[in-house]
Amino acid sequence: MKVQHKADIAKNGQAAKSDKPLKTERIKGAEAVVKCLIAEGIKTIYGYPGGAIMPTYDAMYHYQDELQHILARHEQGAIHAAEGHARVTRETAACIATSGPGALNLATGIADAYLDSVPLVCITGQVFSGVLGTDAFQETDVIGCTMSITKWNYQITKPEEIPSVFAKAFYIANTGRPGPVVIDITKDAQNGLLDFHYEKMTNIRTYHPRLKAKKSALEKAAELINKAKKPFILAGHGIQIARAEKVFTAFIEKTGIPIGCTIHGLGTIPNDHKLHTGMLGMHGNYGPNIKTNECDVLIAIGMRFDDRVTGNLEKYAKQATVIHIEIDPSEVNKNVFAHVPIIADAKDALTQLLPMVKKRKHTKWLAEFRAADKIEYEKVIKRDCGPSPEGEIRMGQVMKEVSDQTKGQAIVATDVGQHQMIAARYYKYNTTNSWVSSGGAGTMGYGLPAAFGAKFADPKREVICVCGDGGFQMTIQELGLCAQWNVGVKILLLDNNFLGMVRQWQQLFFDRRYSSVELVNPNFVMIAEGFGVKAKEVSDPKKLKQAIKEMLAHDGPYLLHVRVEKEENVFPMVPSGAGIGDIRLE
Amino acid sequence: MQKEYTISVFSEDMVGLLSRIVTVFTRRHINIESLVTSESSMKGIYRFIVVVTVNEAMVEHLVKQIEKQVDVLKAFHYENDEIVYQEVALYKVPTAIFLKGNHVETVVRAHNARILDIEEDYIVIEKTGHKSQTEALLRELEQIGIYEFTRSGRVAISKHHEPLNQYLKEVEAEVAQ
Ligand SMILES: Cc1ncc(C[n+]2csc(CCOP(=O)(O)OP(=O)(O)O)c2C)c(N)n1
Repeated sequence: MKVQHKADIAKNGQAAKSDKPLKTERIKGAEAVVKCLIAEGIKTIYGYPGGAIMPTYDAMYHYQDELQHILARHEQGAIHAAEGHARVTRETAACIATSGPGALNLATGIADAYLDSVPLVCITGQVFSGVLGTDAFQETDVIGCTMSITKWNYQITKPEEIPSVFAKAFYIANTGRPGPVVIDITKDAQNGLLDFHYEKMTNIRTYHPRLKAKKSALEKAAELINKAKKPFILAGHGIQIARAEKVFTAFIEKTGIPIGCTIHGLGTIPNDHKLHTGMLGMHGNYGPNIKTNECDVLIAIGMRFDDRVTGNLEKYAKQATVIHIEIDPSEVNKNVFAHVPIIADAKDALTQLLPMVKKRKHTKWLAEFRAADKIEYEKVIKRDCGPSPEGEIRMGQVMKEVSDQTKGQAIVATDVGQHQMIAARYYKYNTTNSWVSSGGAGTMGYGLPAAFGAKFADPKREVICVCGDGGFQMTIQELGLCAQWNVGVKILLLDNNFLGMVRQWQQLFFDRRYSSVELVNPNFVMIAEGFGVKAKEVSDPKKLKQAIKEMLAHDGPYLLHVRVEKEENVFPMVPSGAGIGDIRLE
Repeated sequence: MQKEYTISVFSEDMVGLLSRIVTVFTRRHINIESLVTSESSMKGIYRFIVVVTVNEAMVEHLVKQIEKQVDVLKAFHYENDEIVYQEVALYKVPTAIFLKGNHVETVVRAHNARILDIEEDYIVIEKTGHKSQTEALLRELEQIGIYEFTRSGRVAISKHHEPLNQYLKEVEAEVAQ
């Protein structure tokens, strides 16, 4: 393959047309990077400096009023903060790191953003182009390393490539199915001069992200929906990404179809909406799981039938006719066959479908879900939301209490493990863009920095960070971020002294052989205070309510260290390999 | 059912795109039987031709994953009866065997092969055809004596009329909508 003509890249993608004469200014590549970010509306960038990115940091010094840099304590912290930022604003967020170890410390977050469709532009410094491929100091093949975890990536070696590559990167990150892009930029490209001129990109000839729904498919779907006796909707992340909550609500209220949501679909409609039946999947609610296997028409919207949702595919919704509305064609027919595939943006598809469907009610069918809810309440929920017989606090109790006190209006950012599932189950999500969590990748260490990014981006909203004692220690250093910027993240540390989720599996599937899951923990309150974050410990269920009240009343970041029941298990549970119909309640 | 499929990919000419495409296969532990890259008849558009043996659901999945790459314009997959395809093989044999009667010459003629180069100690034979045909010649030459053998990847052209142009028209219509 012949070497690419780098200047061609601008031609491959087209910039927006403008009649104004082309005005350029001669500036350094590093300054151009900053100007591109500003032109794309980036006001905050999360990052960590180092040798190969120093020219850009120097350029940022001159633009501090327009572009604020947030120095995390670890690059992983920086990228998760950017993810939190993007998750609640639905706008592209940016992060920046140096070459080699700096870039590789971003990798976990890049993979995380890729799996959860989070729009990010990640900038990494690179060694001088003349020494590329020679194992120069802090050289790693960032493009090679991030190839399979980015929507797109590109290495800039010449300053004149900067504007068109940035325009392309921003266009790709937040169109179609959003995702992370990486721009690796050599030090000489940052130092060199170019004639700078910036135009946003509006079209790439090989990339057609806004596919319109096909009329024939919509007609087929409408007919199925109008005739269905037991229709059921699976609401995924794609609805909120498309900002389609309103038309979605109109659609379900007209058709009367009950909905279950995926974990990232939490908050699509308020939890207490009469058609909301709960969460799908491994630790989801009983009703939506078993009813998926009883419905006649299954309408999946903006979701990808992840294995945590479907369980064993051989036993998943075999009876149902499946309508799949999804923007990423490669997700259709990947795991579950779609009888009617609708490849489109959720908002576009639902807007077109709305006038085609009949007003209906499914009272009896909905009552079946409510009957299932009762069973789950008696067997699981009632127990989970009270203290243990030994008088210990339970995680469910904490989440219910904080949900009540915040009226389900807060943003909940979680880490990964049992507490994450409990946070998904027992917080009542009443507003959209409120769930910030690592779903596809299940990245421990995500919670605290993502909560910081969410609160930084949307300071008016209450942000509750729910962590386990394991994951919290993976990015505990970002307490420093919260303290430095006085960003009032409220951290609920649910401490069971175990890597709880792994312990649960060891208990259930490995005959209680607890292999390396018990933690020897530090004094968390002291650590938080050391960082300058106010903290308190609570272990008495009777004092929980007051402790949460104090936490919420505090102006600034706060850590509430809650000692919870040590060997609590999360139920319901679809054991891995089982069908969703075999969901266990105990 | 597993079958031989030829996947034809049209893309921008971008550094690194080959790796992105190959990763789609390696992630799933699928062996690439042949891979050829070349220009296409459209200016600036590059072409990859990949041969794999998989089932139909998998080939459809692979094609979608390839198309998901931002710099890929379009990918198509074909069964063998939907394409015209060829491979080229080169065989290096000792010149001495030609001197022992006309057996080798008969073999070369019978296989529609041709002689590319004659040196004092070796001769290079070229044969174009399907894999089974280049292989058949290899088997015969092996019995006589052979120094070296190499075969190219598959080049293929679909029998359908210009699927890429048709696709481009559809896209244009959609963008115009
Ligand atoms: C980076 C990373 N390493 C390992 C895991 C595997 N893992 C999933 S949940 C879990 C336990 C989490 O323990 P903790 O943070 O204490 O939360 P809990 O489950 O007790 O609520 C582990 C180790 C992971 N998801 N991410």
